[in-house]
Amino acid sequence: MTRLKADQRHSVRFSLNGKSVEGEAEPRMLLSDFLRHQLGATGTHVGCEHGVCGACTIVVDGMLTRSCLTLAAQVDGCDLKTVEGLAPSADRLGVLQQAFRRNHALQCGFCTAGILMSLDHYLASNRAPTEAEIRDLLSGHICRCTGYTPIIQAALEAAAELASSKKETSDA
Amino acid sequence: MKPPAFDYLRAETVGDVLEGLAQQGGDARVLAGGQSLMAMLNMRLAKPKLLIDIMRLKELRQIERKGDAVTIGAGVRQADLLAWPDLAAALPLVALALPWVGHMQTRSRGTICGSLAHADPSAEMPLTLVALGGEVVLRSAKRRRRVPAKDFFAGMMLTARADDELIEGISLPVVREGRFVFREVARRHGDFAIVACAAMKTPTGVRLAVGGVADVPTARDWPRLEGSALDDALNAFAYELGARDDVHATARYRRDLVRMIGRDLIGEVLQ
Repeated sequence: MTRLKADQRHSVRFSLNGKSVEGEAEPRMLLSDFLRHQLGATGTHVGCEHGVCGACTIVVDGMLTRSCLTLAAQVDGCDLKTVEGLAPSADRLGVLQQAFRRNHALQCGFCTAGILMSLDHYLASNRAPTEAEIRDLLSGHICRCTGYTPIIQAALEAAAELASSKKETSDA
Repeated sequence: MKPPAFDYLRAETVGDVLEGLAQQGGDARVLAGGQSLMAMLNMRLAKPKLLIDIMRLKELRQIERKGDAVTIGAGVRQADLLAWPDLAAALPLVALALPWVGHMQTRSRGTICGSLAHADPSAEMPLTLVALGGEVVLRSAKRRRRVPAKDFFAGMMLTARADDELIEGISLPVVREGRFVFREVARRHGDFAIVACAAMKTPTGVRLAVGGVADVPTARDWPRLEGSALDDALNAFAYELGARDDVHATARYRRDLVRMIGRDLIGEVLQ
């Protein structure tokens, strides 16, 4: 049993996009804030901070996760994936990201990181999604400027491209 | 906003949880998937001094069918139950209602028991527990007790759980021959229900359970009713639920939904 005191900072370690990272957090520190302020991983955005808007969505141990509804202390020892882990290299976009660019599926970009994480996770295990399934998935995200139509189009295009590519793509 | 300060206890045994609850009482809260509690903390609607994280306890992650009942542990996530291969056969009403709980991104972490502990009157899992007549298993350092669903929900976001008790799990009856229907009206799929209804056939007639109207999900049994007798019964029930106006809908609209959805669903189960 581990009891972390409220008024002290405690070490938190986990794997972030395949790299081991470490920082210090009080028990009350949200994972979204830990990623952004302690680790400088500002790709994950913070919107409503009560789990509704979806901007802060990441993947923890293979589970879609609202990082604003998760404490940094909870993910000690876990495996995290954020939007910084999507591109195969610094100068190249992944299949899903390219589809977003082609379809103008982002405008201000605030909701985009969370939406990309949800779609990346979903498309990895659902190779031939229907439009209705994509819409259902996107119901967990709020976009207020781009509009959902190009986002859905990008998701379907990316799914088709991933399904037709022979290699196992890890960089969706 | 950010949560207030609290100690965080990562439990490694159920004993750790019960000890923490016994020591800290009402100042402790059990943290499971966090999909309700963390939002309450961020909005500072809850200010516990201690959070007890139960999600590393494998013994609470079990879904088990024992004879005519399915037990679901406190750590079973909504997505785990949706992925349980026997769900549609053993718990068809749960299979219908569960996809309405939040979104894929919250079901992945949120637990069944956490939703019951939160006891939002519009939530689908409390409604399902009441409709099926399930039981909640509460455990403290001193005792274990089983509370029937109708006695568990004590009011809006209030339950029969004492401060030193953990919801260890729930038990839902397997109904062998039944017809179940579920319908919900919400602003968007995944939002809390304005009105949610579940109906099922019973040996003597039909049961309708309604969420989102009264302070607690409420079930009512009737013999086989048809025509104006059914309309009258539904109208009386709709008024008895004591609907109130709020930002989402008027009381009158809620009563209308109870009457209309109730009639549709009862018609479907008695076909």
